[in-house]
Amino acid sequence: MNSKSVYKDKCQAAVVGAGHAGCEAALACARLGLKTIVFTVSIDSIALMPCNPNIGGTSKGHLVREIDALGGEMGKNIDRTFIQSKMLNVSKGPAVHSLRAQADKAEYSRSMRMVLENTENLSIVQAEVTDILTDGQKIVGLKTYSGAVYEAEAVILCTGTYLKARCIYGDVSSNTGPNGLQAANYLTDSLKALGIEMYRFKTGTPARIDKRSIDFSKMEEQFGDEKVIPFSFTTDPEDIQKEQASCWLTYTNEKTHEIIRGNLDRSPLYSGIIEGTGPRYCPSIEDKVVKFADKNRHQVFIEPEGLYTNEMYVGGMSSSLPEDVQHAMYSSVAGLEHVKIVRNAYAIEYDCIDPRQLLPTLEFRNISGLFSGGQFNGSSGYEEAAAQGLLAGINASMKILGKEQIILDRSQAYIGVLIDDLVTKENHEPYRMMTSRAEYRLLLRQDNADLRLTAIGYKAGLISEERYQSLLEKKEQIKKEIERVEHVNIGTGERVQELLKNAESTPLTSGTTLAELIRRPELNYELLAPLDTDRPELARGVAEQVNINIKYDGYIKRQLKQVEQFKKMEKKSIPKDFSYDNVPSLRTEARQKLERYRPLSIGQASRISGVSPADISVLLVYLEQQKRRRSVECAELKRE
Amino acid sequence: MNHDTIAAISTAMSSGGIGIIRISGEESFSITEQIFHSKNPEKRISDQPSYTVHYGNIYDGDELLDEVIVLLMKGPHSYTTEDTVEIDCHGGLFVLRRILETVIKNGARLAEPGEFTKRAFLGGRIDLSQAEAVMDLIQAENQSALECSVSQLKGSVSEKIKDFRNQILYETAFLESALDDPEHISLNGYADRLSGILKKLMIEITALLNTFDNGRIVREGIKTVILGKPNAGKSSLLNVLLGEERAIVTDIAGTTRDVLEEQLYLNGLNLNLFDTAGIRKTRDVVEQIGVEKAKERAQAADLILYVADSSRNLDESDEEILDLLKDKKAIVLLNKSDLASVVTEDMIRKKTEHPVISISVKEGYGLKELEEKIQELFFQGNISFREDLMITNIRHKNALEEAEKSLHMVWNSIEAGMPEDFYTIDLMDAYTSLGTILGEEAGEDLIQEIFGKFCMGK
Repeated sequence: MNSKSVYKDKCQAAVVGAGHAGCEAALACARLGLKTIVFTVSIDSIALMPCNPNIGGTSKGHLVREIDALGGEMGKNIDRTFIQSKMLNVSKGPAVHSLRAQADKAEYSRSMRMVLENTENLSIVQAEVTDILTDGQKIVGLKTYSGAVYEAEAVILCTGTYLKARCIYGDVSSNTGPNGLQAANYLTDSLKALGIEMYRFKTGTPARIDKRSIDFSKMEEQFGDEKVIPFSFTTDPEDIQKEQASCWLTYTNEKTHEIIRGNLDRSPLYSGIIEGTGPRYCPSIEDKVVKFADKNRHQVFIEPEGLYTNEMYVGGMSSSLPEDVQHAMYSSVAGLEHVKIVRNAYAIEYDCIDPRQLLPTLEFRNISGLFSGGQFNGSSGYEEAAAQGLLAGINASMKILGKEQIILDRSQAYIGVLIDDLVTKENHEPYRMMTSRAEYRLLLRQDNADLRLTAIGYKAGLISEERYQSLLEKKEQIKKEIERVEHVNIGTGERVQELLKNAESTPLTSGTTLAELIRRPELNYELLAPLDTDRPELARGVAEQVNINIKYDGYIKRQLKQVEQFKKMEKKSIPKDFSYDNVPSLRTEARQKLERYRPLSIGQASRISGVSPADISVLLVYLEQQKRRRSVECAELKRE
Repeated sequence: MNHDTIAAISTAMSSGGIGIIRISGEESFSITEQIFHSKNPEKRISDQPSYTVHYGNIYDGDELLDEVIVLLMKGPHSYTTEDTVEIDCHGGLFVLRRILETVIKNGARLAEPGEFTKRAFLGGRIDLSQAEAVMDLIQAENQSALECSVSQLKGSVSEKIKDFRNQILYETAFLESALDDPEHISLNGYADRLSGILKKLMIEITALLNTFDNGRIVREGIKTVILGKPNAGKSSLLNVLLGEERAIVTDIAGTTRDVLEEQLYLNGLNLNLFDTAGIRKTRDVVEQIGVEKAKERAQAADLILYVADSSRNLDESDEEILDLLKDKKAIVLLNKSDLASVVTEDMIRKKTEHPVISISVKEGYGLKELEEKIQELFFQGNISFREDLMITNIRHKNALEEAEKSLHMVWNSIEAGMPEDFYTIDLMDAYTSLGTILGEEAGEDLIQEIFGKFCMGK
């Protein structure tokens, strides 16, 4: 070919995009020793938070803890840059306790960029990736807008909401990514040419307003927790106690709703300008008003975007209504009468994939070496993105290093639930994590993410020896202390009865064990310390595990039993090249679905909609037949 | 592989007298041991060698169900390659079902369609070449079980189940929304509301479960035994009852000479009537046998009609009969109330808790009241007797029982003061169990309901 000469370079892992998924993916690859390049359209927008200014929240907090336990960066980064922190659901069971922190957006981004810039093996390149290069079966590299070619053994796509992005409010639309950033307009075509099936999703964000224009006296102040608990298991709580910023609560009212209803015909959603599918869990204010017409007010949270800016985020009022309607609508809210809008609310449409084209390792089934994570996979949320980015990074590295890849199952981690849902289930909207999606949530708590996952991170190579050893020690201490507490006898002495009385607990009529007392709803391990004279000095994290494990012992055992059943089916693997056409007794619908989504195990097959329990039985019988046939052939071969 | 123990009736479901129940799995011997009483009380089923046959009775608790022969096969030398027990019964369809229910109650699970064959194959028992046939059989049996289940599911029952499910799903979705979005949705006072809903649901499910027995009664008839001293008017009662309903009266040859069986349809109720020899102290050997038979029948009866003669004083024979009525459904009929009475209703009420009705078989009064009483005894509770609101399929019954159990666990969690997130695990289990009745899986229902019914934040 007689082409003009272009810049050429080489790396082992190339990461496309430096958002929350891209950062984790790039860091994982580089930390595992691979020569890594991360491409971004704007180096100033690394780890950008284009929507809500917080990390964590219900179930998302779990994801951050899991990322941290595996050796990811998100938890550490938010610990460095939070301006308010709160543990949600503390009045409920430990399974749904969730940490959420308000971030200083600029700091968050700057801090993550510093980590990337100072990580060995990692380089950052500002360029738009336009083409994925393969040899027909596997990845060989990628090409940028300038024509530069980068050879790579693995490519990880973390394009977020940038693919053919279009921002819309009213009848105004612009072909840009979030915050007016440059969209990536060419990559979709390259992916389609590789046979990848694309979806178009939509999401939205509320306006940002000027703090000086808000009348806070008409709002309720929302404070952070008195004692801040860090996200990362490696952060010392003492290091992060600081003065916190406040958030503010106000409400929409009938007038707000009137304004919205009166202008629905000007909404691009209702007029049909927007074609993408939006998330139902994160509805725009116009959606809420239409769908929940009987509610006469909705909550609005005013949250700071950072310490060194006057911009405030208007949580609960995302919208794609025209600019003039937005002004009218926001000013109708108590405290926002004189509001000045800094950035308009808008909806954004973008290209993403049907993630069922992926293996549970997040590698494309049909293109060896191509991985993907984040919103590109049809999810939503910073935390969901980071979790996938981390796993995609680890698995791409493992592949290049010739080591065993990591698939977390539904009983191990929220990350496992997230990825399994994405690659198995039909999904028509951006996927958000929720605790109700985890069937074994009593086991998948945010407090025990290290106990569940740090050994896996260590095996992969992202956890230091020191951290691993201290985990082993923690496990041992927990085990010992539970054992001890089960055998501490408590008599009916005056001191005991006095303590029970003060805790509004029924007095004892006969002796019992300390463990039995801990199981009472109104009591706990901490509270009973005065009765437990031989108690050893233990870290807060150890005491917490002892308390939870004893208190909810019965429920935990039940879930463990269910997990045992579940694992049996997960362990039954289906050969990669399995042909479903050879199984005549499968119903046609099941055959088509299985052929299309090619599950790796019987367990995964059973979760595909349209596959019945009888189909699973048939599959089991067929696999057994194959196995026996092979062993018969083997025996015959030996005889020959 | 699954090692849980499965059971099913393995003979065709006809009304033929003999049938076999097959149990397979690790616990099949121990389950059998719990319900099978050998003639030799020392004999323990789990100690018996493979390929042995044992004679004895099957009991559900204290209740004798049938006289059976039990065949034991230890794995891997059985069809399924697991420990297997076959129970040969001869008590007819009804008894077969009762025994299967008892087996399930003691720890087995109802076998899925084709599951014995599937286990046989996976255990290596069935030849490789037959695998296709096995797979076809699984699909075919599944299809027919599904059709059978659906056809047995009356419209109003499925409406009821759907209603239960909707309520459970709504509550779970509410809980989950509040857990997911604690700053928008509060759970203050929710436990009390849920308690109320659970109570109502459990009562309704129990009522529906009770109809399973009603369904059985409709199909199989109520075993009704008429007891009384000689000459109390038993036979005339029978004649009057039969005579009144001139329609469909069939004679079925009794298995013993002195217990006569008749069938009677009474307001939609099917009574199998057994007249018995009069009970009294006697030295006559033949009569003595008749008396013993009568007592045996009484033990196995669904309903006892005790005919007392109001013109003669109560004696020890009456006492003996009243003793037989204990723990049974029974009605005391004070007959010959057209004659001068020496025994009054009150005198009998002092001796028994069963309802007492004065009748005159001769004059034909009190009979209407008797019919009503029978209706009341068998279709009690707040569910009125309607054939379309009744469950008849054992799978449906099992699923309802599972659902009831799960709801009860939610209840226990509330009582124990557990946090709200503990409720939803068992709520969804109940939802899933009820779904099996309708052939519906839970799938993404909860997520859909959360988004559909509750306004989430952001």
